[in-house]
Amino acid sequence: MGSNKSSVQNVPDVQELIQETGFSASHLQRLYERFHLLDRDQMGRLRVQDFEAIPELAGNPIGDRIIGAFFYPGKDSVDFHDFVRVLAHFQPTDSNTKRKSEEVYNSPNRKLQFAFQLYDQDQDGKISRAELLQVLQELLGIEVTDEQLQSIAERAIKEADLDQDDAISFEEFKKSLEKVDVNRKMRIGFLS
Amino acid sequence: MTWSVFFTDSLLCRCVGITVTLWWTLLIFIIVPAVLGVSFGIRSFYMRALLKIFKWATLRMEIGAKEKNEELYKPYSNGIIAKEPTVSLQQEMQALRGFASSEFELADILCFSRRGVESIVDDEVTKCFSAQELQSWNLLTRSNYNFRHISLRLTVVWGLGVLLRYGVMLPLRVALATTGIILLIVLSTLVGCLPEVQLRSKLSEEVHLMCYRIFVRALTAIITYHNQENKPRNGGICVANHTTPIDVIILANDGCYSLVGQVHGGLMGLLQKAMVKASSHIWFERSEAKDRHLVAKRLSDHVADKNKQPILIFPEGTCVNNTSVMMFKKGSFQVGCTVYPVAIKYDPHFGDAFWNSSKFGIVTYLLRMMSSWAIVCSVWYLPPMNREERESAAEFANRVKSAIASQGGLVDLVWDGGLKRAKVKEDFKKEQQKLYSEVLVGDQDMGDQYRKQLLEET
Repeated sequence: MGSNKSSVQNVPDVQELIQETGFSASHLQRLYERFHLLDRDQMGRLRVQDFEAIPELAGNPIGDRIIGAFFYPGKDSVDFHDFVRVLAHFQPTDSNTKRKSEEVYNSPNRKLQFAFQLYDQDQDGKISRAELLQVLQELLGIEVTDEQLQSIAERAIKEADLDQDDAISFEEFKKSLEKVDVNRKMRIGFLS
Repeated sequence: MTWSVFFTDSLLCRCVGITVTLWWTLLIFIIVPAVLGVSFGIRSFYMRALLKIFKWATLRMEIGAKEKNEELYKPYSNGIIAKEPTVSLQQEMQALRGFASSEFELADILCFSRRGVESIVDDEVTKCFSAQELQSWNLLTRSNYNFRHISLRLTVVWGLGVLLRYGVMLPLRVALATTGIILLIVLSTLVGCLPEVQLRSKLSEEVHLMCYRIFVRALTAIITYHNQENKPRNGGICVANHTTPIDVIILANDGCYSLVGQVHGGLMGLLQKAMVKASSHIWFERSEAKDRHLVAKRLSDHVADKNKQPILIFPEGTCVNNTSVMMFKKGSFQVGCTVYPVAIKYDPHFGDAFWNSSKFGIVTYLLRMMSSWAIVCSVWYLPPMNREERESAAEFANRVKSAIASQGGLVDLVWDGGLKRAKVKEDFKKEQQKLYSEVLVGDQDMGDQYRKQLLEET
């Protein structure tokens, strides 16, 4: 028997997380329960299989990339801190009024960085043509021909690549998205 | 010395004697009405009293929390995030770029990443396989999140509750259940020995109903049956949503069904063998269960015989937590007979009936059930449905599923219950890719449909 529901006291370093991520105590409580629900073998850490078990995510064309975003290079499991830090990127920008610096996870800059890193898998600071093609391949699968993929990639690079180095840097990426309301597109409404 | 020993001995004897007599009286008090099918209304009174106590308990916790100037943690059964009304991928993309452009944008990835992370935080399927959360506390430790706010008075009440449930109710219920099982095995075997068919079927029905009534009391199940005029008849298949193995007891209490299942060993196997002597049930060997044609044949043979009872099947194939209904497997809908849908909805305040098979084994689960306050549920018999001319079995299954979901107030999901253990198929990802490609390659509105047709023809 015994209760297996965690209370806020069970959330490790809750104050630190509140400061760092801008989530409230009750947000963290719910996310902690969600974390436990996903943690199938109850190790206190999530592995790739735990993420892959979510059917809606498995059906997302770039699901594997999104999963990869949670794992630090070299590590093969995610603890609750890492989990929450990634989710913090999706908080509305205006929510965290305590710390207005660029350090905040849900600043427009950090959101764009997150999106950039989904493209830039080798983390070299540039989205190469090959990397762009890879993303397009994942998004479209067999629905379009190779030629169409090439032409889409060609067009995208031509439009965004301002310094003509055949790759898109983070600055060019930001410029390309300057008309997009990043806050609205990358926002999840966490209920309190 | 001997005098004091003698005294305690006789005191002990007397105590034991009283307890046993009490026990037997209670047992008879409950079994005889069960056999006769009579009810004294004790259970509904018990239920109302409990509800009043739960309200009081939650109120005390709120007061306790207010005193400490804290918020009471209220679990949201609606989820962790506010989801926008289901916007399809296409609509979202079009909103992102305006109807003019249909070219790939670097910003498109924002949309996919948001959807992905949303499903990590809250998805429809994973939460179907964990117990529902309650808004008010029902004095069971297993469903309390606000331990810190329990005052002394509340703790005492809770303690009394524990004593009552584990000290009195649990042993009583276990005794009842054991009696029921023994009676079922013995009487079924005896009835099966009768040569005359008419008498045998009549008696087996009586035995069946009697034993299941005992089981219902063993669980303190308070069931409300609605629309009994639609009860399943011979030559049909009864389908219901599946939350727990107890569903069988809930339904069999009100009518005789032929059960379908795999052959088990041990006590379960003994029960199966005894039951099949008195009336026809469909038990499969493990190897046979995989053979779809064999299964279908046995089902159709059974429904063809109008003397045989309706078959009871749970098409979801797995236990779901009673907030939603998952995909119905089309096997039972291919047989071609009348389908009698039944919706079962449990009230979680008195005890959560959902069997989370990855967390508890069946024995632990039954013990938990028998140490809860009660199992309260509603059963709705829906009007019989038949497959229509142009309908495929899968479409028919979906139609029945929607009817059951809307009657029971459950969410109607398209996901397969098998996702509890297996991974989702590649098809779903391909579908998403297709939708996205249509946004990029296709034209808007009218041109779109025409385009799709062209693409399909080539």
